[in-house]
Amino acid sequence: MSDWFSQYNYIVVIILMMTGLYTVFASRNLIKKLAGLSVFQTSVFLLYITIGKVSGGQPPILIEDKGYGDDYGSGGDGGHSLLDGTIQVAAGDAAYILPGPGSDVLYSNPLPHVLILTAIVVGVATLSIGLALTVRIREVYRTIEEDEIEAADFVYNLEGTAD
Amino acid sequence: MSFLELVPDWLLTHGPAFLMALPLIMAAVTAILPNKRVAWASTFIVTAILTVTAFSIALYNAEVGTTIYKMGGWAPPHGISLVVDALNAPVLVLIALMSFITVIYAMPATVAEIKPNKRAPFYAAFLLCTAGLLGMVITGDAFNVFVFLEVSSISTYVLVAMGAARDRRALSAAYNYLILGSIGATFFVIGIGFLFMETGTLNMADMARILADLDGGSRVAKVAFGFIVIGLGLKLAMFPLHTWLPGAYAYSPTPVTAFLASTATKAALYLLLRFTFFVFDPSYAYVADVLMFILVGMGVVGMIFASLQAIFQTDVRRMLAFSSVAQVGYMLLGIGIATTASVAAGYLHLLNHAIIKGGLFLALGAMWYRFGITRMEDFRGLGKTMPLTMGAFTVSGLSLIGVPFTAGFVSKINLAGAAADAGWWWAVAVIMITSILALIYIGRVLLLAYFQSPPTVNGTVVARNEAPIAMLLPMWTLALASIFVGLKSDAMVGAATRAAELLLGAG
Repeated sequence: MSDWFSQYNYIVVIILMMTGLYTVFASRNLIKKLAGLSVFQTSVFLLYITIGKVSGGQPPILIEDKGYGDDYGSGGDGGHSLLDGTIQVAAGDAAYILPGPGSDVLYSNPLPHVLILTAIVVGVATLSIGLALTVRIREVYRTIEEDEIEAADFVYNLEGTAD
Repeated sequence: MSFLELVPDWLLTHGPAFLMALPLIMAAVTAILPNKRVAWASTFIVTAILTVTAFSIALYNAEVGTTIYKMGGWAPPHGISLVVDALNAPVLVLIALMSFITVIYAMPATVAEIKPNKRAPFYAAFLLCTAGLLGMVITGDAFNVFVFLEVSSISTYVLVAMGAARDRRALSAAYNYLILGSIGATFFVIGIGFLFMETGTLNMADMARILADLDGGSRVAKVAFGFIVIGLGLKLAMFPLHTWLPGAYAYSPTPVTAFLASTATKAALYLLLRFTFFVFDPSYAYVADVLMFILVGMGVVGMIFASLQAIFQTDVRRMLAFSSVAQVGYMLLGIGIATTASVAAGYLHLLNHAIIKGGLFLALGAMWYRFGITRMEDFRGLGKTMPLTMGAFTVSGLSLIGVPFTAGFVSKINLAGAAADAGWWWAVAVIMITSILALIYIGRVLLLAYFQSPPTVNGTVVARNEAPIAMLLPMWTLALASIFVGLKSDAMVGAATRAAELLLGAG
């Protein structure tokens, strides 16, 4: 049972993923299909965010910021100035230890979050193109039901040509 | 050599970044250009520059070997790297060259097919699509591949939907492509996610190294591989996942069809090669199983069924679309046999088929431009009314069948030879049978065009009405290219062999 709770996120991901895919394949309404597609893509966002979580990890904020570029090599001049003083962490209290290079503090992996920001943008773009197409289809066919669109094109397809 | 001396150094150094950045930036500029002729000119110049750049990068690569460009100076594996090696350099040239050829052709075609106020956005979407395709081929970062895959896909949905001015079915074709394409891309990104869980890196070379250390990895890597193969399978129209393709090819504007048929599925096939042989390795049992049973199985079934479906089409563009699915089967067969010779043959067929199908779809587009025809029965007498266009169609069509001294023959004979060497005699038989099926569906068009007289409309026989020079030039370039490859195949075979050796090692 404890296994179930430790993998709780993955269960949600799988449920969302299957719900989304099923909706895409089972519904014949163009908008409902797009909704299913969005649910499907959302499950992937959740999957990526779950990957980034490190058990007991802190938020990934650097306190000691060395120059970036060639592998932390070139000293502080090229990079940010050193931060000093205490940094207020949104969720934390005074006893919070911040992770930094060389410290043995666990921190969550920020990379998947960054990746999934990109994927969210891609998802929005796909959804908006899909909705725009649906609007155009509605203008031309006066319906957004796939069955009716196919029926409207039936003669068209038999003829094999557009006039 | 002498060509490379003409190319400035900065282009060779920064060429990889230039290849994807230039069309991305110019797409934004082109979209707001008010005049559609200026939009065409800017697209023309950009694609010309891309072609020169891709050529010089490929030549440079042949000279110095694999080059890695660190984007923004960040060293891989943390930074995103752009990699040019023997595998992707020919594909880069192919995409850049096809975009250039398509843009020349698009000049008259868009006038007929795209509304004037939509032409600047059309060219912008076209440049975006080119940028996405070039980006997904050149990048060395797995997540970056997904981003560029989606850049190219989303702009492709737009391009396909623009065919609505010509045929309203373009809208539902674009919608279906959007749904299936997004599912494919999402499967792919799930696979990348699992691969990231397994290896903790996104750089493809680094992934390959870590997976090799793990001896193929745990079940997570297997699941990742499954998701990636299915996702790319949707994108490259592997047989049961090809249902988006006929509609998208048949109803999109004619330049878009030619461009898609010769680049979009090819870029996805390149990614399949990259992932199965470079990131993963056929020495892992699960990869070998997928190659043997899924890729070969689906490839062969696709070759036969899609060829049969092509025979029964009444619309020539749908016929060629099904033929594309069948040709993808040849490439999958070559990849699935997984010897150096067979992968080289599959890769060669990838390049050759792009030239052939590009030529065929350009010729078909010219026929639509002059007579508004796509149906088989309307092809009667086209040999007399459009002799030059029909000539280009014939040359490319014969090349598709695999008549000797054409590009199609070179790659098919290489593939059959590789299959025979590996002891897969039944695969040789399948290649022969599907070539005969190709002869039937192409031959049907040729018979109608050459051995029937032109139809009579309103009491007068349809007169000769040749396509404009801006259409003839691109299609004949491709038709002659396919003959040239058939006569003098050393360069192409050499490039394909180098690519296969990079993936599998010599021998």
